Amino acid sequence: MSSLVQSVDWLAIAPPTIAAVVGLAVLVADLFVDERRKPLLGWLAVAGLAAATLMLLPLLDADRSTFCLVGDTSVCSYTADRFTLVIQFLVLGGALLTALLSVTTLKDDRARLPEGEYWFLFLASAAGAALLPASRDLATLVVALEVASLPAFALVGLRHGDRRSSEAALKFFLSSVTATAVSLLGIGFVYAATGTLHLTRVAERIQTVDGQLHTLAQTGVVLTLVGFAFKTAAVPFHFWVPDTYVGAPLPIAAYLSVIGKAVGFSGLILVTVVALPSYADVWGPALAVLAALTMTVGNVGALRQQASRAHSAVRLLAWSSVGQAGYLLVPIAAAAYSGDPERSIGSTLAYALMYAAVNLGAFAVAALVGRAHRLNRVADYRGLYASSPLTALLLGFFLLCLAGLPPGIIGLFAKVTVFAAAVDAGLGWLAVVMAVNVVIALVYYLRWTALLFRAPAGEPVRHRLPAPLTAALALTGVIGIVLSGAPQLVLRFTDTGLF
Amino acid sequence: MIDISESVMQFLLAFLVVGPLLGAAAALLPAPPGLKGKSPEQAVLRHGVTVTGAVLAAAIVLALGFDHSRPATMQATTDISWIPALDVRIHLGTDGISLPLLVLTALLTFLSALYSYFKPPAGPSPKAFVALLLVLESGTLATFAVLDLVLFFLAFETVLIPMYFLIARWGSEGRAEAALKFILYTLLGSVVMLLGLLLIGIKAGTFDMVALATDNGRSLTASVQVIAVLAIGIGLAVKTPMWPLHSWLPDAHTAAPTVGSVLLAGVLLKMGTYGFVRILLPAAPDGFRTFAPYLAAFAVVGIVYGSLACLALAGRGANGDLKRLIAYSSVGHMGFVLLGIATMTPTGVNGALFANIAHGLVTGLLFFLVGALKDRTGSTDLDTLARQSPGHHPATSGSAAPEHPETGAALYGRAPRLGGLFAFAAVASLGLPGLAGFWGEMLALFGAFEPAAGLSRPAFLTFMAIGAFGTLLTAAYLLIVVRRVCMGAAPQDAPRLTDVRAYEFAAWTPLVVLTVVAGLWPKALLGLTDPAVQQLLTGGTR
Repeated sequence: MSSLVQSVDWLAIAPPTIAAVVGLAVLVADLFVDERRKPLLGWLAVAGLAAATLMLLPLLDADRSTFCLVGDTSVCSYTADRFTLVIQFLVLGGALLTALLSVTTLKDDRARLPEGEYWFLFLASAAGAALLPASRDLATLVVALEVASLPAFALVGLRHGDRRSSEAALKFFLSSVTATAVSLLGIGFVYAATGTLHLTRVAERIQTVDGQLHTLAQTGVVLTLVGFAFKTAAVPFHFWVPDTYVGAPLPIAAYLSVIGKAVGFSGLILVTVVALPSYADVWGPALAVLAALTMTVGNVGALRQQASRAHSAVRLLAWSSVGQAGYLLVPIAAAAYSGDPERSIGSTLAYALMYAAVNLGAFAVAALVGRAHRLNRVADYRGLYASSPLTALLLGFFLLCLAGLPPGIIGLFAKVTVFAAAVDAGLGWLAVVMAVNVVIALVYYLRWTALLFRAPAGEPVRHRLPAPLTAALALTGVIGIVLSGAPQLVLRFTDTGLF
Repeated sequence: MIDISESVMQFLLAFLVVGPLLGAAAALLPAPPGLKGKSPEQAVLRHGVTVTGAVLAAAIVLALGFDHSRPATMQATTDISWIPALDVRIHLGTDGISLPLLVLTALLTFLSALYSYFKPPAGPSPKAFVALLLVLESGTLATFAVLDLVLFFLAFETVLIPMYFLIARWGSEGRAEAALKFILYTLLGSVVMLLGLLLIGIKAGTFDMVALATDNGRSLTASVQVIAVLAIGIGLAVKTPMWPLHSWLPDAHTAAPTVGSVLLAGVLLKMGTYGFVRILLPAAPDGFRTFAPYLAAFAVVGIVYGSLACLALAGRGANGDLKRLIAYSSVGHMGFVLLGIATMTPTGVNGALFANIAHGLVTGLLFFLVGALKDRTGSTDLDTLARQSPGHHPATSGSAAPEHPETGAALYGRAPRLGGLFAFAAVASLGLPGLAGFWGEMLALFGAFEPAAGLSRPAFLTFMAIGAFGTLLTAAYLLIVVRRVCMGAAPQDAPRLTDVRAYEFAAWTPLVVLTVVAGLWPKALLGLTDPAVQQLLTGGTR
């Protein structure tokens, strides 16, 4: 007789679990740690995230699954395959880097940012984001999505007495909750039509849906996709991005730009490629159009930013992240047309890893400059080379990686794989739109880069480098440079099986 | 000529690409003790001369060790896997087509570094200048040395950022806009080119240029070839530049510092035409045949357009800028190169490659001379220059003085050697037989007289006639320029201009000598290119 008690593979679920447990530990510890020792909480969180990242190592050798159906052990709710591990590495590593940025921000802004709550929310969100790529049923997927985003709303509005911050949080919250409601409705329809929540079973059964339920299933598919498109900040769900990024504490903006996006597109990949491959003719063109619109709107928005406007640096990074989200969507759209969807998805992963490293690097420099210039305008970066040459060179490198031009070789190759996915799938028009976008994007990235090396307007401001920021900068810099020499490290995901 | 082992040759070619990059990184570091020189500026400029000198030496040894009896064979080849996921290999090699371009690049960069050592560029610290110059050199040498489509694209893109900063930081007025225009135009072109390269690579199953050339387009369908040639052709045509995609060039040249102009005209433009010969002709011949008449038509329009623009600029009162004028003349000269390639015949392509090198030598020299003229007189404006010899002309025999006649800048009188060199370069540029400019243009026109099978002969005969008319226009504007700059009555009281200095002699003599040698002994170059071209047109390199 088979047991009704599921056996749980604790090693497989260790990475998200550790993040969640450490989050709870921080919340409890906050009650007992006195005011002067609060920074310890931050280091505890950093250690927890590092441990969670390291726990990915033992999972590398083989795919593991747990929470499987008792009757059919091939259908599981949690799978740690290569796809999962790559996204978990991106999420946890990215969270680790943003945690390093946060340590400094919290120290500078202690009066207005409560540390215990901050770290608890941060770790909770990271745990949800790490759970999401592993989930293989729609319920777990939505739960993970909400665990990742609900704390994020709170983090955006956490700053005491900052009206812009709470306004941004409200904007973010309302639009996000609407999207979640829509996708829940869609999942409900899909469940009604197929009678299952497990992605692989949905994939099988949705092809043989009863004729009467056909419309229901189709509506369900579209509504589900809409919800996930929101999380990647795809157009027309992008409008909350710039204000939210400016209103949020800077590390949270960095977090949203990388981990928030990773959550969105990994959910999108699971829903499209794993659960609904038979609907490729619906979501393929839709995603292609969405990708084209997203990159165009994002890049044009970034182009229109004025260097002297308050917070223009973060605003520009926000718009550029919308544009980059468009590039990330291209291979997912291409997966609908190509004979080998995993190869296309691999291009998204490779691009996302590159983007995560260099975008977090750019945010780290923004955090550094923001310490001396509260307004953090792009104009404040003028002459950065004169005061801190290495930081300026790194920022220049990160921006050129984002633009995809040498010396940012890894950025160039990441773009090449995305282009290759589009060309391979026969999406010539999308490749041309992307080509034009790459040129538009170069204008603002290059303007900013050129500004770094101009003669400073006044006395150069010395930027003191706190240790956590230095660590974050060094890590991202080393990753970017190593990848530029050996792009194969990330590009190999385009060549291997993922699921 | 001399026997060098294959592994040394491989090392030399790899050094050409990697050496300047290492040098660029070293230039950013503080000078080690013992090499500090008189000042940090002087030390870093000397570092630039040393590195480019070493690269030039390597290029010359490579040329000497090159087996001249089989120039159609790829030599000094290295083939290492780099990114297996994308099937990108570090595949380097050189044959009779790329070898002259490698040497030309190494030579021009070395001369530029030498010139900058004695005449540091006006602008911010020379440290970055030297580093950018070296990255630029690495990118151009890599473009000519790599045999993989994706690496070719990488090398093609590598030159953009250094050139952008060279113009934007050390240029003259209008530099920011000019630099931005330069990089945006070329980037748009090269991203479109990437799409074509990927299309070829994906459909043919390899990015390797040698394999693609051997395949000679057999594994690509006609429609794929047509699309790929269109996409790649646009990218290369922007770089070349082909009329009507040339409009970035005059601004970039006018704003660029002397050394930037020399390298832009002398080397960077060749990357475009080299791509036509190395990639499009062998890998997608059917697609190329479809577009060849259009390419030829645009080329001859470019020839005439460039010459007419120069004529307009050269006229009195047109406020013509000399650097802009030479830039437009480049559009015309590159038109001949494109015409030669479009004929798809060995004669035409050989002529194109010859004209490539000749244009690099002659236009490089011209930009050097104009830069020197600007240092001495403070202007490159033709009208200002021509009016500069102070206007107190001795009234002859009491007759009423004519209406303030403009006699010219009288360079012959005020700085005879400089004037002589200027006239020499201008005459070489207009294609005087016996100098380098002649053979390329003649062979290109000759190729158009009898284009390859499948191309319309009447059309090409028309193009040939128009191109020949273009040579007349070229001669006309260059002679006008010589008259206005070099001739004229040198007034007694006018200050003499400093004549050619020793370091200028050192930087320019090699160009002058090579111009004469290439003009008198064209076989030295054609013997290298011809076998390689023959093989490329009929089915690839080995």
